[in-house]
This record gives sequence, C-alpha cells and structure tokens, in this order.
Amino acid sequence: MNLALIRELESLLGKPSVLHLAEDLALYEYDGSVERALPDVVVFPTTTEQVSQIVRLAARYDVPIVGRGAGTGLSGGALARTGGVMLVFARMNRILAIDARNQRAVVEPGVVNFELSRAAEPHGLYFAPDPSSQKSCTIGGNVSENAGGPHTLAYGVTTNHVVALELVLPDGEVVRVGNAHGDAHGYDLPGLFVGSEGTLALVTEITVKLLRKPEAVKTLLAVFDSIDDATATVAELTARAITPAACEMLDGWTLRAIEDYVHAGFPRDSAAVLLIEVEGLAEAVAAQGTAVSEVCHEHHAREVRVARSDHERDLLWKGRKNAFGAMGRLAPSNYVLDGVIPRSKLPQTLRRIAEIGARYNFKIGNIFHAGDGNLHPIVLFDPRDPRQFELALEAASEILRYCVEVGGTLTGEHGVGMEKSELMPLLFSDDDFDLMRRVHDAFNPNSALNPGKIFPLGKGCGEIRVKSPKPAASPRA
Amino acid sequence: MTASSPHVAAELESIVGRSHTKSSPEECAAYAVDNCIPGAVAAPASAREVSEIVRFAAKENLAVIACGSRSKLNIGMPPARYDIALDMTSLNQIAHYDPADLTLSVEAGMSLTTLSTALCEQKQFLPLAVPFADRSTVGGAIASGIDSPLRQLYGTARDFIIGAEFVNGTGALTKSGGRVVKNVTGYDLHKLLIGSLGTLAVITRINFRTFPLPLDTRGFLASYPSAAGALALRDRIANSPLTPSTFEIVSPGFPHLFPDSGLWHACVGFAGTAEVSGRVSRDLLAFAAETSSVSAEILGDQACFTQWQQIREAIPNLLSTSPAMCIFKITQLPGALPKLFSLLEKIELPSVVLAGGSGAFYYGVSPASPDPQLLARTVASIFEICTEEKATCSLLWCPTELKTHLNIWGRTRPDGGLMKRLKLAFDPQNVLAPGRY
Repeated sequence: MNLALIRELESLLGKPSVLHLAEDLALYEYDGSVERALPDVVVFPTTTEQVSQIVRLAARYDVPIVGRGAGTGLSGGALARTGGVMLVFARMNRILAIDARNQRAVVEPGVVNFELSRAAEPHGLYFAPDPSSQKSCTIGGNVSENAGGPHTLAYGVTTNHVVALELVLPDGEVVRVGNAHGDAHGYDLPGLFVGSEGTLALVTEITVKLLRKPEAVKTLLAVFDSIDDATATVAELTARAITPAACEMLDGWTLRAIEDYVHAGFPRDSAAVLLIEVEGLAEAVAAQGTAVSEVCHEHHAREVRVARSDHERDLLWKGRKNAFGAMGRLAPSNYVLDGVIPRSKLPQTLRRIAEIGARYNFKIGNIFHAGDGNLHPIVLFDPRDPRQFELALEAASEILRYCVEVGGTLTGEHGVGMEKSELMPLLFSDDDFDLMRRVHDAFNPNSALNPGKIFPLGKGCGEIRVKSPKPAASPRA
Repeated sequence: MTASSPHVAAELESIVGRSHTKSSPEECAAYAVDNCIPGAVAAPASAREVSEIVRFAAKENLAVIACGSRSKLNIGMPPARYDIALDMTSLNQIAHYDPADLTLSVEAGMSLTTLSTALCEQKQFLPLAVPFADRSTVGGAIASGIDSPLRQLYGTARDFIIGAEFVNGTGALTKSGGRVVKNVTGYDLHKLLIGSLGTLAVITRINFRTFPLPLDTRGFLASYPSAAGALALRDRIANSPLTPSTFEIVSPGFPHLFPDSGLWHACVGFAGTAEVSGRVSRDLLAFAAETSSVSAEILGDQACFTQWQQIREAIPNLLSTSPAMCIFKITQLPGALPKLFSLLEKIELPSVVLAGGSGAFYYGVSPASPDPQLLARTVASIFEICTEEKATCSLLWCPTELKTHLNIWGRTRPDGGLMKRLKLAFDPQNVLAPGRY
C-alpha cells in the first residue's frame, strides 16, 4: 500500500483509526460468505465530513473504496475485491433521533439493527427488518444489501422502511435523497440506493420508519414427518391468503444440529418443522392462529405446538436465528444460498435440492423464510480441499439455476456481491446490463466505490471496470 | 422534420400497421398534453413494437409520450416537445398470474377495472385504487405516481411492485426485479418508474404482489367542527394497535361526499372477522368520544364501499366543479399537520382538504377570478408556506395557462442533480416526455 496515502489518512483520522499491518488487515479479509479479499488499509471515520475527505483522498490516489458495517454479509459485498481502502462504519454508531410521534428514527450507518429496536421499545415502537444477524449487523449494511429477515413476510424488507438517506458520492459530494415524511415528487432515489450494495454511494445517515409493536403475538411450531407435507403446508397457507408475520421452515437434519447447540425445543425425530408467527389485534391473532393450525393439520402435521410464554417463544427464535452458527459445529465451512422461488414451487424445489445434494455427495441443510419463498440451502464442505470447494460452488450454482428456471431469482436478501455476480446473466440480458451499467456510471463512473460487485466480470461488460489491486504510486495532481 | 410529416406516419405504420396509427389533426388532438398536440399517434401491440418506435424516435430526434387512458396526462409541466403519442392500451393482457403465489405480471395498457375483475375471481386484489378508476390503466396509475386511499394499510406502489419490463430512451427493452415477492438481484430500477411521468422509460409490463380480498369490510365516520379534532383522531389511532385499511380526513367543500354542514369528517375503513370488526368498532367509537367528535357512526359493508368509492373519486369530482380548480399534493409529517393546516387557512380563497393518515394530503383552491397572474401569486404563497414548513408540495392539477407563470413542482429538489443524471442514463437523447420535470 502506498505509504503516502496511509500517512495522509492517519493525519486526517489519527493513527488509531487507520489499520494497515498484515495482522490487523486479516480480520477484514472475510465476511459471512465463502469469499476472501484483503484490503490494503482499513479506516474508521466518525463523521460524514471525514467520510467525504477519505473518499476525496482515495480518489486522488486512484484507490478504490469499499464500505463495511459489521462484516456479517453473506455475499462478499463488504470485501475489498480489488484491495484499496476499506471504510468501516463501526464508529458512526449513534442513534441521532427517535421521533416517536411520527414513528421515525435517524441513525448513523454503524448502528446495530437490534439496538435501534431496543432504543425504540420504550415508545412501543420497533424497526421491522430483522435479519438473523440483527444483534451484530448494522443498519448501514442492511441498507446496502436491502436486508430482510423472518418478519419481512408481513412487513417488507429494508427498502420498505427507509425514507431518506445522506450519501457521499465517489467525488466526495454529500447529498440527501428522500425526506422524513417519505413522499416526494420525482424519482424514488432512496428506492434506487437501498440495495445498491455500496456501488453507487456510501451511506452516512439513514431515516427509517418505526412500527408500533403488535398487541398480541402467537408463535406456533408445526411438526411434520415429511418435508413434502411441510412445504405443501406453506404453499397452501399462501394460496389461502393466510399471511402470518413470519413462516420459517427447518428440515429435520438442520434442526437436530440446532438442538445440539441451542436446545431450543425442536423435536429431534421430525422431518421438518414450521415456525409460524401471527401477530396483531388479539382477536385477529386468535382467528389466524386457528386458521394456521387447521392448514397444518390438514397437511398431516403430527403436532402444532403454541409457545406458552415469552421465554418459550424467544427460545424457538433463538434456535432459528442461531442456525448458521450451529452449522459451524458440523463442518469446517458452509455456503449459505439465498435463492427465491414462487411459493407454489416449494415442494418440487426442496426435492430438487435434496437430489442435487445426493448427486454431489454433500449434506445440504434447509432453514429458510418459507413464507416468501426465500430459500437458504446450506452446503457443508471443507475449504481445505480445493476440489470439495469447487464442487460446493458447482452444486450451489445448480440450485440457483433451478430457482431461476422455476421463475425465481438468485438472491432475496443477501445481495449479489462478488459471490453471485457470474450468475447474473441467467436473469439479465446485455441490454439490462447496459442500462444498469449506465445507472452505475451516473454515480460511480470510475468504479471507485466497491468495484467488482453485482456485475459479472466475465460477461464482456468491458465498461464495468475492476481496478488493479495496486494503487497508483503517487497522488494525482 | 416534424412528426406530422408523411415520413413519420409511414414509419409508424410500418411498425404497428395502418389501423394502429393516427395522424389527422382531430385524432391527434385527443392526445394533447397541456395543449401540446402530437403529430402522430401509434398504438403498439407488443413490447417489441414499442422498442422499434422509440429507436426510430431516437434516430430522428423525435419526442415520445406514452399514455394509457390519458386521465392523468396533464400532471407535470407541459412537454418541451411532443411528436409521437404512444397509445399503450393495446398492450392489455395479463402476462402471468400465479394466484397460489399471489404474484401477477400485467401489461401496462390493461385497464384497472378489467384487472380487478380477473383478480376478484381468485378473491384477490391490487391496492391500486387510484382516482379516475373506471378509465385508468395499470401503467398510467404507476407512471403518474398517484396515491390510493389504500396506502394507509398497503403502502404506495413501491411497496407492492416487484418488477417491471420497460423500453428505455435508447429503444432497448430492459427489465428489473422479477416475479417473486423478495428480490435483491440487481438495481431496483422499477421503483424509479413510479411517478416518473414516462420520462425514464415506456413501461410495457409490471409485476405485482397481489393481496387477498378483505372479509367483512366496515367503515366508521366521525365529524368534527374543525380539522384539529379529526387530526387528533388520526393520532389516537396511530397510537393504538388498530391498523385500518383507509383513513381520510375530508374538509367541508366536498358536496358529493357530505352535505355542506361546515363539518370536517374522518372516514375510516377496516376489515376482518366479525370479532375483529367488533373490537375495532368499539375502539373507534371510544376514540371519537375522547376526541370530542360531534357525531360518530359505524357503516356497514355497502355504505362503507360507497363512501370509499366517493373518496377515491374526490379529485375528479373536485376538478369538475371549476375549470380554474388547482389541486396540490402536499406531504408533511403527521405531527406537523396542525400547524401547516392553520397556516394554509390564511390563504384567502375557498379551499378544501383531503388528507390521508400518512401525512400526505390534497389541497384544492378554487379562485373566483380567472386571472392567471392573481392565481399564480396565490400558488406562490402556498409553495412558500410549504417550503418554510419543510413540507413537499406540488401542483398536480391546474389550468394549463398557469403553468406558463410558475413551476408546478414548487421548490427545486436538493437532489435534482441526481435526477438529471438518471434521466441521462435512461434516456440519453431526451426522447421520452422531455420537459415534464
């Protein structure tokens, strides 16, 4: 890395806010995905002004920048694919305002998702997007990836809850898009920037909607002796237009791994369970709970258990949200997919995943947001065996191809990042890429921000530049 | 070269066929936008034909405006140029509908009423209850960005559009999103099309998530001597566990809705099982008493539906009362509405308010004098009040002559520069609806 740039960054931020030694950088080489990429320098700004200055400085040295929250992402979105400056928002973590009357909050990007809901709780409010990593992931990261979570089935993903953003463009300009009331004539700019994976701008402030906590919640655990019955139940719930707040599925193999780790109370001898939550007015919850139970029983649920206390409910959700951690006990690494399919195609897709796993000789667990068709097959493998890694990627690619084949898509909430970019041509034509590229270049013309993400590198999109990992020797005049 | 030249008409005919082309002045006048009349009209029957027309227009430096039923075509500034009207009503099929997945893909020119009938057969619907409902097309409803009273529960179109196909200004047929309810693959370009007035692309197909038809719909009506009481009811509901499907505050001055008693009305719609409806009814009656309503009543299914239809059509009805009627859309945080309402009361013209629960409201003023300069000064005062109060304000409906005196979009957006970058990315030659923003 260019020492002159490091010295300038240290002068700007102070030495403790700039990491450049190999042993420090190693921590920032990975996220939650199977990808690896090493930044050249890691910086920790505390203000928007500093972010803007860092961006200008990096531009002067012709070095790319990637923003990062907690590094919990699952697509390599927050990895420095081509080296350069990694800008970590961990110290921009203040909740700037909670406006309870208008159900709004203004936060810096490094605020941890769960902390916002905790701060809003005294007002009877909460922030609806709830990724499994919500106790560590940041709202800035949620915005970049347009994160989801179990309860987005009823309440929508991050984009449905963001009304305004403060952004730093690649030339250092600070701009605001949207407004607190969330309604403006003209183009929906927050709608474009949310989910753009840090490829258009860096987000330095976010205004979000807060929802009122429901009056009543009922959590049901439906236990099945066959995966087909569980998936058919989800398809039937959708077809009957019963919309729970969350509808999660865990297959038997996965839930046994979770039980060994978390002791959540999942029945070890089942083939699959559905974790279903209904919430709202007490009267509505009672009726919905009954309707859900009926559908489960009609599809041969062996038991439909209702959580009898907050503790029991929390334990079930702890099991669900710690599933990926439980997988770490079973294999040195795992690859979590994020394909989405029409819910009417759930039974056949789960069968195909099992068939692909058997053919590649991989154990593939399934724990996912069944209610919105967002699959998370987990392929267990040993990355020390290069052939095994290669085959794991092949099996994953085959699963995602099948998702697209049945009318679905590559990613529902994790983002494309560097992990799925090469699969993008399954969905998009050259004309689609051309327009996306022009939108990209309208804001980030030199690919200074997060290069090598979303767009396929081998697609002949010559205009999608990937910068050399080696920075320029000296700053440009 | 003008669009009315035989060369243009011949080219359009070669793309869409003679029966789908119009070029007589009388026929073209029906497609006027703010008195600008196109030189030719083409009615493409496929996305490929749309693509060919836009490619031709780009090559010949012609301006194209896409339209559906033309009920909301005057929203926006007058076009800077207007050569070809693209009548999208021949693109009117359901391309894909998976009721079991609650997802739908529909061509832009399909009428909302036809679509509604098809969805109703599956006991589903789209919460796109926009004004001019009997005429509106799906594409027009989206491109105009017009609100629906159902946004109270279901949000705006951005909350239930899941993808789109569209022809950008280069003539390329492109898409974003998909047909599944959760999707972060690629940029959400389709969101940009909502309210874009056709300036970025010609929408050919839109994908939606659909919703189950609610059961046992009921309504609630409370009246108040002033706006304050109705706003207090809004706050009381927002602070309760109730989640009504509609909430509208109606000022005096909507005779088709309420006889002119000088009262403000709060109209609430809700749905659910009998137990849920019973609970909501009890709570709303109690809230009305807490907020000192003059009267309060529960409406049955039919009365509620009729009232809801009338509220949906309040704008067309208002426009029919005076050719000089000006209707603004103003948005503010709900907590700041009482102050904004009181400031607007100082405007010395008869005015009306139709306000949703989210903080967005329509504000209509009807001048006695047709003097456009006088009216322009009044409009400027309204913009000024909104700017000072940090509210968003735009003048969606007004006499065309007024647009020569002012910018109907009010104050310049701070992110207007970013909008221009996007316009250039989508439509580098400024072929699509130039000048409307």
